[in-house]
Amino acid sequence: MTITALFFASYADVFGRDQIEMEVPNGSTVGDFLRHLRALDAARRLPPAPLVAVNERYARPDQVLRAGDAVAVIPPVAGG
Amino acid sequence: MRTAIVRDPLQPSAALAEVASVANGAAIVFVGTVREVNDGRAVTGIEYSAYEGMAARELAAIAGEAAARSGTTDIVVEHRIGRLELGEASVVIAVAHPHRAEAYDASRYIIEQLKRRVPIWKREEYVDGTREWVDPTVSRAEVAR
Repeated sequence: MTITALFFASYADVFGRDQIEMEVPNGSTVGDFLRHLRALDAARRLPPAPLVAVNERYARPDQVLRAGDAVAVIPPVAGG
Repeated sequence: MRTAIVRDPLQPSAALAEVASVANGAAIVFVGTVREVNDGRAVTGIEYSAYEGMAARELAAIAGEAAARSGTTDIVVEHRIGRLELGEASVVIAVAHPHRAEAYDASRYIIEQLKRRVPIWKREEYVDGTREWVDPTVSRAEVAR
């Protein structure tokens, strides 16, 4: 199935773009997605356990993804 | 209760007017501004960016939690994104309540949760022309070590 990975701020710089379409096996979790992502060279610069949001909500590593989900890798937030 | 991610300059006095009423004996406006020095480096400006949909959702959730804790819905929170100059307001939190303790508590809760949860990032621009994304989890002293 296809999901959309979103990158922001420093992570958009790391990947050189702000989103990519990714193929992941059906039933993949957030943790599986991160393992897929690490196949990309640029992902070496990510921390060991980055925050992830699925469809605009923070998600745990065991959350199961669905086709079409927007899966955002969230850098340390710095608002205020 | 109103929360928003905005691009135009913030208006703290308008936020105050929005929450003030004769039912409320206390009104607090917190204004976060762009500081000239961060982590020992001279800053000339800050570019704020956000995951806008999620940031709006988290801000609204936080204001709702503050309302539930303190018992007032007279709350306005606005966070500005885009490029800000020194001294400009990046965030305004206005809270009014019949009593001051609850107003202070709600205001403090909102800014602390905002800094922890709302997906907003800032890239500081320095006097030497360089710029860097701010990572609040790492200080430059630690990076150098």
